[in-house]
Amino acid sequence: MGMIRMALHDGADLDGFRTAVRTLVAQHAPPDAVVWSTANDNDLFGAQAAPVGEAPAVSLPRDVTELIGLAICHSDPERFALLYRLVWRVLNGERHLLEVQSDPLVHRLQLMARSVRRDIHKMHAFLRFRETHDPDGTERFVAWFEPEHHILDAAVPFFVERFRGMVWSILTPQGARHWDRETLVEGPPAHKADAPDSDAFEAAWKSYYESIFNPARVNPAAMRQHMPKKYWRNLPEAAAISDLVREAPNRAREMIEREAAMPTKRDPKKAVAAMADQEPKSLRALNALIAASEPLTPGADHAVLGEGPIGADIAFVGEQPGDQEDLEGKPFVGPAGQMLDRALEEVGIDRKRVYVTNAVKHFKYEPRGKRRIHKKPSPGEVKRYRWWLTKELEFVHPKLVVALGGTALLGLTGKPLSVMRARGPLQFGAFPGYATVHPSYLLRIPDAAGKAEAYKAFRDDLGRMKKLVAT
Amino acid sequence: MDDKFAAKLRILSDAAKYDASCASSGAPKRAAGVDGIGSTSNGICHAYTPDGRCVSLLKILLTNYCLFDCAYCINRRSSNVARARFSVEEVVQLTLNFYKRNYIEGLFLSSGIVKSPDHTMEEMMRVAKSLRQQHGFAGYIHLKTIPEASPWLIEQAGLFADRMSINLELPSADSLRALAPEKNAGTITGAMGQMHERIEEAKEDRRKFSPAGQSTQIIVGADATTDASLLDTSATLYKDYALRRVYYSAFSPIPAASAVLPLKAPPLQRENRLYQADWLLRFYGFTAEEVASGGTDGMLDLDIDPKSAWALKNRHLFPLDVNAADREMLLRVPGLGTRSVDRIIAARRHTELRLVDVARLAKSVKRLRPFLITADYRPPAKLAGALDLRPQLASVPEQASLF
Repeated sequence: MGMIRMALHDGADLDGFRTAVRTLVAQHAPPDAVVWSTANDNDLFGAQAAPVGEAPAVSLPRDVTELIGLAICHSDPERFALLYRLVWRVLNGERHLLEVQSDPLVHRLQLMARSVRRDIHKMHAFLRFRETHDPDGTERFVAWFEPEHHILDAAVPFFVERFRGMVWSILTPQGARHWDRETLVEGPPAHKADAPDSDAFEAAWKSYYESIFNPARVNPAAMRQHMPKKYWRNLPEAAAISDLVREAPNRAREMIEREAAMPTKRDPKKAVAAMADQEPKSLRALNALIAASEPLTPGADHAVLGEGPIGADIAFVGEQPGDQEDLEGKPFVGPAGQMLDRALEEVGIDRKRVYVTNAVKHFKYEPRGKRRIHKKPSPGEVKRYRWWLTKELEFVHPKLVVALGGTALLGLTGKPLSVMRARGPLQFGAFPGYATVHPSYLLRIPDAAGKAEAYKAFRDDLGRMKKLVAT
Repeated sequence: MDDKFAAKLRILSDAAKYDASCASSGAPKRAAGVDGIGSTSNGICHAYTPDGRCVSLLKILLTNYCLFDCAYCINRRSSNVARARFSVEEVVQLTLNFYKRNYIEGLFLSSGIVKSPDHTMEEMMRVAKSLRQQHGFAGYIHLKTIPEASPWLIEQAGLFADRMSINLELPSADSLRALAPEKNAGTITGAMGQMHERIEEAKEDRRKFSPAGQSTQIIVGADATTDASLLDTSATLYKDYALRRVYYSAFSPIPAASAVLPLKAPPLQRENRLYQADWLLRFYGFTAEEVASGGTDGMLDLDIDPKSAWALKNRHLFPLDVNAADREMLLRVPGLGTRSVDRIIAARRHTELRLVDVARLAKSVKRLRPFLITADYRPPAKLAGALDLRPQLASVPEQASLF
């Protein structure tokens, strides 16, 4: 069998290589019978390249195709020959060849793949954009980079993803890529002079780079290992390196030798004392904090605060504001609130003299069309609101704290307790407490008899609370 | 950039350089759309400074004014350093402009305490909130949490940050009392506990709260704490608070250092050995006691790495047959990393490994030879039994000494 010539494009010609592999495998051509060349090579043998026609796809393990995709970007002219040798062995009895990384061929290809991966990574890291303006005034960011391998197409998707909203151009000796916030356009190989030679923020970046360096730990070898010198010419901050290294020993010595200096500033005793005293001092101050805060649940963006007199006999704690509470900015004004009002009135508790609030201060919901559907807060969310609830009750200082439902119980105790089991008097930290159902539970009971019975039990609970605070 | 801004930038980045962490990994995968900017990565180092450290984030202080007076800190109120203060908007713009030029992965914001811990924490939270909400910033944000701040501010900050951290700074409550009398060890671990709880809950609810976890930093060499007790502290932190990383920072000479502190810096080699030991705790199945047992009097051996030190004290367990030993034991061979061990295990299923094969799978075979048996090699009895392999295992110190 004569030698088969395979000519591919220079660069990472994955399509060409794939077609070549299919053709060669269909012809049962062993690796030793193939001579690979790229378009830029001199045609030493002057022989014709084998015709590349339609051949069936070749099935390879995924790790092999991944290795091909990387190693093919390598600048080594032998890459096609080495990869075909790998494919051949994988197809001829060594399907698990890549697991044998001690094999010389696998080892060499893995080193090549690692070098390519590193080159891609370094392009992501060391490419620097400079800002310019197009003739039409568009802000454009332009970068010049010199990769070691044929990695432009492998490296550019990262920049598209990261800087999708910017207009930019990446120029390299292998070609250019231009992004206009929508499409990526290829351009011909470029020169360094095509890119701008300065940027308004480079001075700031250089000062940052100089200041973040600690001269007491100078270690240029470690720096060069990660940031080899070949990259320095395109890194604006690298201009500072030689000075920083040269001056480091002196600066470090100065740092050590400078005697512990006596403080020249007065000791700001008042400010230090004031610092330790940052707790909100009143319910009003606390409420201002809550109102200014970001919601800690997904849903409505403003808080519904507690309501009622400080020093109220009873503080009722519900779950969270509902749709109507959120719209009006007041707690317990929706259907459940009306149910509570009715029961309070029947047992003779003055609604105006109790305090009402919620364990969670924001309305958590899911939008469904125009409606906002109530969503139960998760235990994590309830706990995040606990700090506020605890503080709030300290300011209100009621004789009795009432948990209406499981969420309130969780907010008050920090523990997931069953309402039905905990129902009745108990202790919430420093406060005597009482647990009962949430009035919305009463609304959800479908049959009239059950509803009436549950309502009576709820009203009886209120009656017991009234007795507890009367003593 | 005007001169005033440049001067502030120098002061506030200079003040931030004593924090060792610059990691930008672990954040959930995300990318902004056409109206925002940024994406997350597995951690990219955009530059390296001449100390060999990676520059991944804009690591900066909001202000270096501080009301605390911690002896080890350059920003303590009694220090004579130049002071400066950024506004929230200045930090936001600087971050965005650096990010657009591909200088950084994101922001690592820390601060001295001005007015009150709450006031300071709130300003830091506002930086993160503005970046996320007003500018659609999807890059990395690490907030140095102020443990004295009210818990509800920590709750809010966690909504916008990828990582929150609290520096333990000193390994024991005693050293904290001596060097930072106004700080409270209970407050610090309390806040760590709060963050750990929130991170766990958020995972359960599939919500985001500091999704890249929390880390901390301990200063080494500012007091007499031994390596054994440092590692013990770390093991506890990893276990109790599921910390992602504990950073060790060799106490660095600080201009105008406080008189309470030693004036000379400890060898950076100690910091290096602690990192190696920490790695053994997290990835190699060692306990803190085992690592410490390789050294003397609770201090790690500075001449050889902690794994070699342990192996030398446990010679009876070696040499191991590379073709038969189980993973746990291979991980304990000096010079074999987790990746090399995985490669060995994969390869030996298909072939019997010779010394030359192991050489391709590991970084250096020289260190391994006394500890391994391969298909064609067995360490000579003399070598295997030699009590002192130290000269062979000693590594040239990786960090240059100061003078």
